[in-house]
Amino acid sequence: MNQSQPQQGVGSSRGVRLEDINLSFGKTHVLKGINLEIESGEFFAFLGPSGCGKTTLLRLIAGFEAAQSGKVIIGEQEVSHLPPWRRELGMVFQSYALWPHMTVRKNVAFGLEERRLPRREINRRVDQALDLVGLLALSERRPNQLSGGQQQRVALARTIVIEPKVLLLDEPLSNLDAKLRVQMRLELRQLQRKLSLTTIFVTHDQEEANTTSDRIAVINDGIVQQIGSPIELYDNPANLFVAKFLGVANVIDGALVEADGQVYFHSSDASVKVPINGQSAGSASIVFRPQNLTIRRQAAKPPNGATRLEGTVDHKEFLGSIIRYRVKVGRHFVLVDKAHQRGAEALPEGAPVAIYLNPEQVIKLVE
Amino acid sequence: MVFSEYRKHPGQTALMALIFLFLLLFLIIPVVKVVFVAFMDATTGEFTLLNFKDFFSTALFRESFWNSLYVGVMSVVVASLFSMPLAYFTSRFEFKGAVIIQSLGIIPLIMPPFVGAVAMMMLFGRNGSINLLLDDWFGITIPLMEGLNGVIFVESLHYFPFILINLSAALQNIDRSMEESAQNLGCSGLRLFRRIVLPLAMPGYMAGASLVFLKVFDDLGTPLLLNVNNMLAPQAYLRIASIGIKDPMGYVISVILVVIALSSMWMAMRMLKGKEYATVQKGGGGLAKRRMRPWEKTMAWGIILAIMALVLAPHFGLTLLSLGTIWSFSVLPDAFTLNHFAAIFAETPEYMTNTVLYSALAATIDVVLGTSIAYLALRTKMFGREWLDYIAMSAVAIPGLVIGIGYLRTFYGYQVPWLENQPMATWWVAIVLALSVRRLPYALRACTAALQQVSVSLEESAENLGASKLASVRKIVIPLMGGGILAGFVTSFATAAVELGMTLMLVAENSDGPLAYGIYVYMQSAAGRGPGAALGMVAVLVVGLCTLISHIVIDRRQKKYGLEPAT
Ligand SMILES: Nc1ncnc2c1ncn2[C@@H]1O[C@H](COP(=O)(O)OP(=O)(O)O)[C@@H](O)[C@H]1O
Ligand SMILES: [Mg+2]
Repeated sequence: MNQSQPQQGVGSSRGVRLEDINLSFGKTHVLKGINLEIESGEFFAFLGPSGCGKTTLLRLIAGFEAAQSGKVIIGEQEVSHLPPWRRELGMVFQSYALWPHMTVRKNVAFGLEERRLPRREINRRVDQALDLVGLLALSERRPNQLSGGQQQRVALARTIVIEPKVLLLDEPLSNLDAKLRVQMRLELRQLQRKLSLTTIFVTHDQEEANTTSDRIAVINDGIVQQIGSPIELYDNPANLFVAKFLGVANVIDGALVEADGQVYFHSSDASVKVPINGQSAGSASIVFRPQNLTIRRQAAKPPNGATRLEGTVDHKEFLGSIIRYRVKVGRHFVLVDKAHQRGAEALPEGAPVAIYLNPEQVIKLVE
Repeated sequence: MVFSEYRKHPGQTALMALIFLFLLLFLIIPVVKVVFVAFMDATTGEFTLLNFKDFFSTALFRESFWNSLYVGVMSVVVASLFSMPLAYFTSRFEFKGAVIIQSLGIIPLIMPPFVGAVAMMMLFGRNGSINLLLDDWFGITIPLMEGLNGVIFVESLHYFPFILINLSAALQNIDRSMEESAQNLGCSGLRLFRRIVLPLAMPGYMAGASLVFLKVFDDLGTPLLLNVNNMLAPQAYLRIASIGIKDPMGYVISVILVVIALSSMWMAMRMLKGKEYATVQKGGGGLAKRRMRPWEKTMAWGIILAIMALVLAPHFGLTLLSLGTIWSFSVLPDAFTLNHFAAIFAETPEYMTNTVLYSALAATIDVVLGTSIAYLALRTKMFGREWLDYIAMSAVAIPGLVIGIGYLRTFYGYQVPWLENQPMATWWVAIVLALSVRRLPYALRACTAALQQVSVSLEESAENLGASKLASVRKIVIPLMGGGILAGFVTSFATAAVELGMTLMLVAENSDGPLAYGIYVYMQSAAGRGPGAALGMVAVLVVGLCTLISHIVIDRRQKKYGLEPAT
């Protein structure tokens, strides 16, 4: 099991392909026909709510779970039948899983020792890895003498020191406090760039996924909902779930109707009417983001080409950079963000307002 | 100032002083007295090391010393052999036998080893059932009960649960990710076990092993009943019993027993220091488990059934002995009868009534002291409060025999004022006090655990609403601790009921003896084995019932208040 490994340098990282993965725990069908292709050197996120199967999918790739059907392919090699210790993937566990009975140095050296490298080579590479994460000075400490962020870095060093083909990260930032989380995600991203290491990053936090990843697979209920770059997903969500999961969205149900050669979206209570590009196709929903709306006192003049919705301010929240209004339009509530300027007065609750919506900012979803 | 606390809280100060006085009189002074005498010239009363020189220059004592060490270590080895496969099955496999393994971890504990010793002799001894059969069929015999072997066999069979329980807990506390991260880095199989699982489980194993060593090393009853006298504890007892309380050798041996007990505890503690790895994560849990393959299952069941047969053997043997008429040089008793039970109830009911009286009193003292010490230690800032805890806990390291000898020496010269010709040392009240001191550590731990589960804020909110300190303790703390205290009481009661080493020293007349003493007295003669075994059955019943009650109480309490199990 410990056959000598070919020396891998930077750039030995591989792509990952998942073909038609189905996995059940007893009667619960957890992964339902997953197909994915991750490119070599890519920073790829699995994003989805808790319990959707992200961890299971990651563990499947690492070899800790077995699928009922489907293939896991790393580089060109199918690894579905290989045990975890033969896959040469580096996984960082959510709990870090540092061994408490070993020092930091021993933890990091472990994988190299398993590969039976000469002692000097091991020392050199351990030093290098610890240096990379800035922990060389603490190498004789035990894990429980380190802070959460430091433990996280040790876990990372322990994994990258073996120069894995793919780096697997399961919610690596979830045990850190908010400030450290922001810093670590930046460091992670820089490290990944430096090593150009294929990385799969599991998270339930869309901001984390957006800020780090080249591409994201949004997963819900064991199904990949959509794959794309953060901006693509945000601007063109394939369905309601993706639209709502990535950022705040106003969703209004209704139907597409044609009048005078132009297709319009009509909300069911007729309070919202928006011109839409495309064909009339019966019932549909539209999605638009709060920051793409303009809110005015009713008297104001409409901006060019914008559709006007009328309502009253129902509630407002001051969020610092913006004020978020909830406006009652017909039977719907529409969220509107207004950038806050110093000294500006907020619109009072109950005030009649007009909302202007540029049709280009409207996402049409046909079920 | 640290002492200002005393002036501020006169009630707590008085309580502390009383407890300290109790511990001083009934624990510290007797033990110090033993040490003193060991280093004292018997005639001149001056300090000397001569007694120790005498000890080590006597061949019999040297032999006893090595024998005791040997038996202690070998019992740990054999107990480990029983425990390891069982712990492995439960922590590694999805296995139906796990429930049986759990009960295997309790059954031996409800019978102290000396009770079953003679019964084991009847089954496995030179002329026991098994060897008679083996000789008959194959012409061979197994010297399982010869000399030290017998002590090792009986002791390890009784005490292996300590290792099993601790080791299983340690294995269950290893998070799956510990092992998976090693696999992810290229490690598997035996190497994985050696590098990750074993080191992580080691502290738990060591805790159990040191406990087993301690119990076996100090045990007086088992070697005495198996007629193995060339060990330390029996030698101490025999010197005092035959030569008298003036002979220094009993004291020297006592000091050696305490020193070895303390150093084994200290070594275990040092090895455990900073290594209480609780790696298990929320919602995670234990090592990866898998189904057994058919041949693995067959083997596992084979091992479990074999161990089960051994574990039940003393119980089985005792039952036969208590119900048999004559059992000698035969596989089974000649006939069965209830006469032995009738005999013990008709002729020596005092053994049972004494036991109930002594144990109940001792257990009451224990929970009162335990609750008070726990409260002082956890909920007040009284200067010296930890010391009460340390002193009370130190009784763990003092063998019952040593406490017995200490009481004899300390209190023998004093008479009970209102009784004629009754030295204090052999008055039955001394037995109660000695029992309570000896069992105090267990009760104290139970009370401390119970108190830890009652959040301080519950008490503070009572005080905030106007209850005085005493009222909030009485109305909030004690009721919430209730079940925990009861569990402490029951455990103290049960273990006090079967304490032999100390009672052997302190009982002057048979009519003052409790159960354990009665079993010992009966078992001395072949004719007494039947009634002795019947008494043994009563003891098993008492301890078993108490164990059951304490389990139920603790369980209920946890459900009722939604408490986490104490750590
Ligand atoms: N070993 C297991 N046995 C049974 N069910 C499991 C197991 N592991 C995960 N599940 C279930 O599979 C689903 C997906 O879990 P998981 O992959 O951990 O979700 P995520 O990481 O996205 O939060 C959950 O409903 C979970 O309860
Ligand atoms: Mg997860």
